[in-house]
Amino acid sequence: MSAPDAAGLDTSPSGVARVPVVDRSRLPEPGPARPFAFPAIEKSTLPNGVRVWTVRHAQVPIISFDLLVRRGASADPPGKDGLAALTADMLDEGTGDRSAIAMHEALARLGAQFDTDIGSDATSVSVTVLARFARPALTLLADVVARPALRDDDFARVRQLRLHRLTQLRDMPGVVADRAFLKLLYGPHPYGHSPIGSESTLAAMTVDDVRAFHAAAVRPSVATLIAVGDCDHRTVVELAAEAFGDWRDGSADAATTDGAVPTAAALNIIPRPKAPQSELRIGHVAVPRDTPDYHALVLANTILGGQFVSRINLNLREDKGFTYGARTAFEFRRLPGPFVLQVSVQTTATARAIEESIGEIAGIRGPRPVTAEELALGIAALTRGYARNFETAEQIARAVMQLAMFDLPDDYFAQFVPAVSGVAAEDISRVMARHIDPARLTTLVVGDLDVVGADLGALGLGDAVVLPSDAF
Amino acid sequence: MTLSFTKHTLANGLDVLLHEDHTCPIVAVNLWYHVGSKNERPGHTGFAHLFEHLMFEGSQHHDRGYFQPLQGAGATLNGSTNADRTNYWEVVPSNALELALWMESDRMGYLLPALTEAKFSNQRDVVLNERRQNYENRPYGLAPMALLSALFHDDHPYHWTTIGEVADLHAVRLDEVQAFFRRYYHPANASLALAGDIDVDDALAMARAYFEDLESGDRVDPVDAAASLTGDTRIYFEDRIELPRLYLAWLTPAMFAPGDADLDLGTDLLANGKTSRLYKRLVFDERIATDVSAAQNSREIAGYTQITATAAPGHALGKLEAAIVDEVQRLATESPTDDEMERGRVQAESQFVFRLQTVGGFGGKSDQLNAYNVFLGDPGYFDRDLDRYQSVTAASLQEAVRRYLAPSCRVTLSIVPHGRVELAAPGSQRTEVS
Repeated sequence: MSAPDAAGLDTSPSGVARVPVVDRSRLPEPGPARPFAFPAIEKSTLPNGVRVWTVRHAQVPIISFDLLVRRGASADPPGKDGLAALTADMLDEGTGDRSAIAMHEALARLGAQFDTDIGSDATSVSVTVLARFARPALTLLADVVARPALRDDDFARVRQLRLHRLTQLRDMPGVVADRAFLKLLYGPHPYGHSPIGSESTLAAMTVDDVRAFHAAAVRPSVATLIAVGDCDHRTVVELAAEAFGDWRDGSADAATTDGAVPTAAALNIIPRPKAPQSELRIGHVAVPRDTPDYHALVLANTILGGQFVSRINLNLREDKGFTYGARTAFEFRRLPGPFVLQVSVQTTATARAIEESIGEIAGIRGPRPVTAEELALGIAALTRGYARNFETAEQIARAVMQLAMFDLPDDYFAQFVPAVSGVAAEDISRVMARHIDPARLTTLVVGDLDVVGADLGALGLGDAVVLPSDAF
Repeated sequence: MTLSFTKHTLANGLDVLLHEDHTCPIVAVNLWYHVGSKNERPGHTGFAHLFEHLMFEGSQHHDRGYFQPLQGAGATLNGSTNADRTNYWEVVPSNALELALWMESDRMGYLLPALTEAKFSNQRDVVLNERRQNYENRPYGLAPMALLSALFHDDHPYHWTTIGEVADLHAVRLDEVQAFFRRYYHPANASLALAGDIDVDDALAMARAYFEDLESGDRVDPVDAAASLTGDTRIYFEDRIELPRLYLAWLTPAMFAPGDADLDLGTDLLANGKTSRLYKRLVFDERIATDVSAAQNSREIAGYTQITATAAPGHALGKLEAAIVDEVQRLATESPTDDEMERGRVQAESQFVFRLQTVGGFGGKSDQLNAYNVFLGDPGYFDRDLDRYQSVTAASLQEAVRRYLAPSCRVTLSIVPHGRVELAAPGSQRTEVS
């Protein structure tokens, strides 16, 4: 067998298919990467302050609009947890004398895919349609965001549905764990509650709260319209000026500011009698999106718990068989976001899974530094496939939204691969030692206390604080 | 609107489907094996899915994890099993197509020499945890077990779920796994789609080089089974939940069979989204439910339509049942409006265009080509599939509703909070699920 070239292919005359030489004694090396141009963003600003960013992506006759408002659940006023999300939920309940149902019938006549999404730092409303419906879709989007009816009766119904939703979330152990963990980590800090809020805060809310929040927080000067698809910039700007031209800033609210975070106990449990698995959350408040260590932390997380072949998944799933899957994440936000390990493990393995998890988190800071092989694999996983994040209009819109959310430069995508590729093994240990402190880790278990209680006591994390499931 | 392709059948029976799209420098490798939980037997359930896990544990010439080299090349990858088929896919940068073909062909041709008792027992533990996480420890999570076993009789291959029964998963032996591989995992029972940044001639040559030498197995006979319901099977079970939930289910036509598209649009009209009749009535106006949804779940040899609604606090499921049955009957007797039909048509067109956006992953173009090829023998069915929806009329939709969603032939399942049996639909019998 002749030695194949770098791509494992025999060269052959043009016009004839190149036939590879199959060699099962070793894996074929990838050839040189094909060039890829990241989306070019064209930018304008309307007179009222709405930023209009467009990317032409005409592979399929579709256009995707995202209206991003840089106010999310962390903008909830004190005592009104859930107001931003309730307001977002009220946006599509009609406009002028058009009812909520009529609004959705109008969207359905366009075959639109409509979605509202709320996070800690921002709210987005998105509409994807066939390109021929761009104009009516944008008009509806503007009606939703800038001119919602916010009627009394709709408010009563929507709030009631959210209260029912809260009731149902109490049955879901993963959600119980997520909500309780935020509260343990952040307490009264603006990041200390999930967007939906709580029964007591929702019960006390009025439609006037929603109207006031909409006027103060959902306004043009904090909004960016992102359009990706079969469109050109000038047309979108004209359509946007038509649709959003009347939108005016109300009394401005202030951006969310940081606050003190509590010190939670090392080990906490919410009992769930007879549960076949324990939901685990392990972590602490970590680092904001604008950290200079961003790329090194992304890579560190990939190796620790961010991919199938991460240390934690290989340990808990592929070695021990304790779980269907385990992962870690830095949740990057404008203010310091949490680092969280999350996993659901069979009840009998609860204590061992906690021990192994904390061991892995501590290990990557220095005692077990990343190997050259792990580093190379992590870098390759993040960089070689990077282009696939820009295949569809919705993917591109989501990527561009990150730039708008975090004030990232236009060449951010082009810089990502070199920035990750430049991270060295010692950078991983350094940034993890700087931002992760095993002594500060908080562990939460949602599981069967009767079965796991004794094992938890032996972990050396102190007595487990037993929390009632309705405390959050 | 079309999804262009070329199809080649190799000498060993493997179908190779090719689709060019240079939007992104990536290639989707998508491989379907025509085997799912309907190829299992009672007492041996969960097997096809457990086997899917084993496909990621290494093969003879790469007896290590399947993920490492592919992730190292920048790939994303996954697999899934349902009642009718098992699929495996990688989306790789276009320069790593050969690596993906090397890996897929090695596990198609040379899995067994690398399969050990230790891998097997580890993945059985993982699957038992998957079952705990996605079914046992999830509110209403055991609903599929109760519904399928009531809809399909004991010997029908849709009687059990793909995840399988716990006792069966414990009982399975390594030699059964080996026999299963020989029977179902071979070129003549598989279909390979390559979509994306490829040169079709080069990609075909590469697929030939890696797959054509693999030994073919015996042709797998189609699974044949008939299902019928003779009355209204009314059952309930108690769960760790706050709000009771009602499921109504009817036996309906198989995937692509006459009536399937009609019921797809009919269920949308009944309960998909805020414009639907049941949402308006149950959630918006009467406020007796917190959510309602419906779907025509069409499978290869049979289908079932399911309507699901969760009661608002203070309302029993009998009240929801009466309103739902009333709306289904109204659809059977009064014609849908022109506006409802027009919305259905434009939504179908949009959904089909949206499906053309991505080459890989679950539901991407490569997956669609394989679905049409494996179930119909015709990868070019995309435009005719859309035609099925565009040609539904108010009359044909009503005919399907009348014929298949009869009030007297169905399954009525109530899931109620522990100790609140009185909330179940009237006349329901307790059923055991696990």
